[in-house]
Amino acid sequence: MDKFVCLDGVVAPLDRANVDTDAIIPKQFLKSIKRAGFGPNLFDEWRYLDVGQPGQDNSSRPLNPSFVLNQPRYQGATILLTRKNFGCGSSREHAPWALLDFGFRAVIAESFADIFFNNCFKNGILPVVLSASEIDDLFALVEATPACTLLIDLERQLVRRPDGRELSFAVDPFRRECLLNGWDDIGLTLRHADLIKAFEEKRRIEQPWLFA
Amino acid sequence: MPQTLYEKLWQDHVVHQEADGTALIYIDRHLIHEVTSPQAFEGLKLAGRKPWRVSSIMATADHNTPTDHWDRGIEDPVSRLQVETLDENIREFGALAYFPFKDPRQGIVHVVGPESGATLPGMTVVCGDSHTSTHGAFACMAHGIGTSEVEHVLATQCLLQKRSKTMQIRVSGVLGQGVTAKDLALAVIGRIGTAGGTGFAIEFAGSAIRGLSMEGRMTLCNMAIEAGARMGMVAVDEVTIDYLRGRPYAPQGAAWDRALVVWRKLHSDEGARFDSVLDFVAEDIRPQVTWGTSPEMVVSIDACVPDPTDQPDAVKREGMGRALHYMGLQPNMPIRDIRLDKVFIGSCTNSRIEDLRAAADVVRGRKVASSIQLALVVPGSGLVKQQAESEGLDRVFRAAGFEWREPGCSMCLAMNADRLEPGERCASTSNRNFEGRQGAGGRTHLVSPEMAAAAAIAGHFCEPAMLDSLSEMRKTP
Ligand code: SF4
Repeated sequence: MDKFVCLDGVVAPLDRANVDTDAIIPKQFLKSIKRAGFGPNLFDEWRYLDVGQPGQDNSSRPLNPSFVLNQPRYQGATILLTRKNFGCGSSREHAPWALLDFGFRAVIAESFADIFFNNCFKNGILPVVLSASEIDDLFALVEATPACTLLIDLERQLVRRPDGRELSFAVDPFRRECLLNGWDDIGLTLRHADLIKAFEEKRRIEQPWLFA
Repeated sequence: MPQTLYEKLWQDHVVHQEADGTALIYIDRHLIHEVTSPQAFEGLKLAGRKPWRVSSIMATADHNTPTDHWDRGIEDPVSRLQVETLDENIREFGALAYFPFKDPRQGIVHVVGPESGATLPGMTVVCGDSHTSTHGAFACMAHGIGTSEVEHVLATQCLLQKRSKTMQIRVSGVLGQGVTAKDLALAVIGRIGTAGGTGFAIEFAGSAIRGLSMEGRMTLCNMAIEAGARMGMVAVDEVTIDYLRGRPYAPQGAAWDRALVVWRKLHSDEGARFDSVLDFVAEDIRPQVTWGTSPEMVVSIDACVPDPTDQPDAVKREGMGRALHYMGLQPNMPIRDIRLDKVFIGSCTNSRIEDLRAAADVVRGRKVASSIQLALVVPGSGLVKQQAESEGLDRVFRAAGFEWREPGCSMCLAMNADRLEPGERCASTSNRNFEGRQGAGGRTHLVSPEMAAAAAIAGHFCEPAMLDSLSEMRKTP
């Protein structure tokens, strides 16, 4: 997993509440055997004017010009700004995979669905919870500022606006540690690699038939 | 202190424990199939990691493989891609054993593991599949995991786990004639409900369990997950040991003797305390038939379809009404009057040799009712199929009008071409009767292999013992 320390990036505003995992990545794409490559189908139903199918050449599909991610001013966005209960629905990890593959490393919202919230951390995406009024202000700011950027500083737990205003956010200390160091669950477990090896060796001697 | 079997297994696998009780648990056996592994292997590659111990891996293709026309390969492109991806991943990384599509030993992962001796007492066994609980029949800590955890096990040989509560289900007495492990499993779920085992590791014990074959114990542990439990298990005894002797991946010679010393300790100690204990009397259990869309919606063959108006709980009443509507059944109609369109004998619950023998005994010399459109026998593995054929069971089934197919999951979840059409009613030896499980709009009744076989002959539910009197009745004008 890539480290997350500081992110200075363009913000794309998705002004909707309750964006569910089916909207993030529609179910016809879940049969894929990959976890990468979902980016072109992120928000597929909103982003394109036709109905997307797996394996299609997305570059030739008709884009919905009014959808935020299709607007030139938000190209290259790495931060998604949205409303409450983002990521509700299924527990599958395809939703964070799609966001990550598109290029998003942080999502700012008033609240998140529980499983999606956990899945973000597992995949190196920082979900930032801010108050409703802070979110309102950010939407206004992004609307008024072409190619508006924000600086998200995980170490100091701050979102810095271009006007210098700083918004602080809370994050679980353990989760923060993992992101700062780029540890995923596997990375964490591998910190105990020596213990695992020692356990395995002892087991191999005591019950060698388990290792045939 | 006396310990339960679960506690012994748990303790034997803790690599490291955090202050909050989260433990790093070592995994001995990792079973892999084509549906839940591709993204795990991809994640591993993306992170530049390698599997920790490939000799822990046994893999096979089962969910997507067709059960007929193997010469044509896998026609559905999505299914084919999943199976080919598994081929590639195993080729790249390796495994203790891989039984790909068309290999004579290929089959349902939960049938293949035990029959090859890859599942051994005292192991932790995981697989990206909920019915991994099956392997608990060998006194294993065996449970299903998600794709992220598949990757975690590949990379670290461990899982992060919290300890489950323990439940003992004691079944005294002896199961009656024609009453099987499947009926016992359904009767338990009928009583405790599909959430009754939530948070628990269940140990099945008592004389009726001791009296079950390994096949029967696997059927029972397989269904533990349908009672909501994380896993089901049975202690080691001579039945376990006899089953394992001589299996290809079981220890041989001196190692076998050493293993026996360890395995014989794999039982709950006298006086061990369980968080919950439930008692059942084997003689009370009759052959079971599900009538609804959850395995807990089950009654005995002698009963009638329940009437929602008798149910005082409003939520349950509504659920029953919905299930009856989906199933197209009327309250109070005798279970024996339910007429069927299809019959499916197969799945990791009931597709082992003993299941096929029991079904063949019912079918022998009889004919499938003309009203049955399709009666399917899908052996659990290539080796089960071979064994059955060497005993002539395929001829028994074929002569009666059954189709005899290649091994795989088949109509258990209808991921391949075998499925129910909307509204079709099926007697099935599988484990889930959820809406649409065997095909959109399909109606599933879960039963034992004997009951499925008898239903195929009669065209409606009926006990095998009644088949003769039925055909007599038909002859008399
Ligand atoms: S037979 Fe059915 S329950 Fe068993 S592994 Fe296959 S799909 Fe799952």
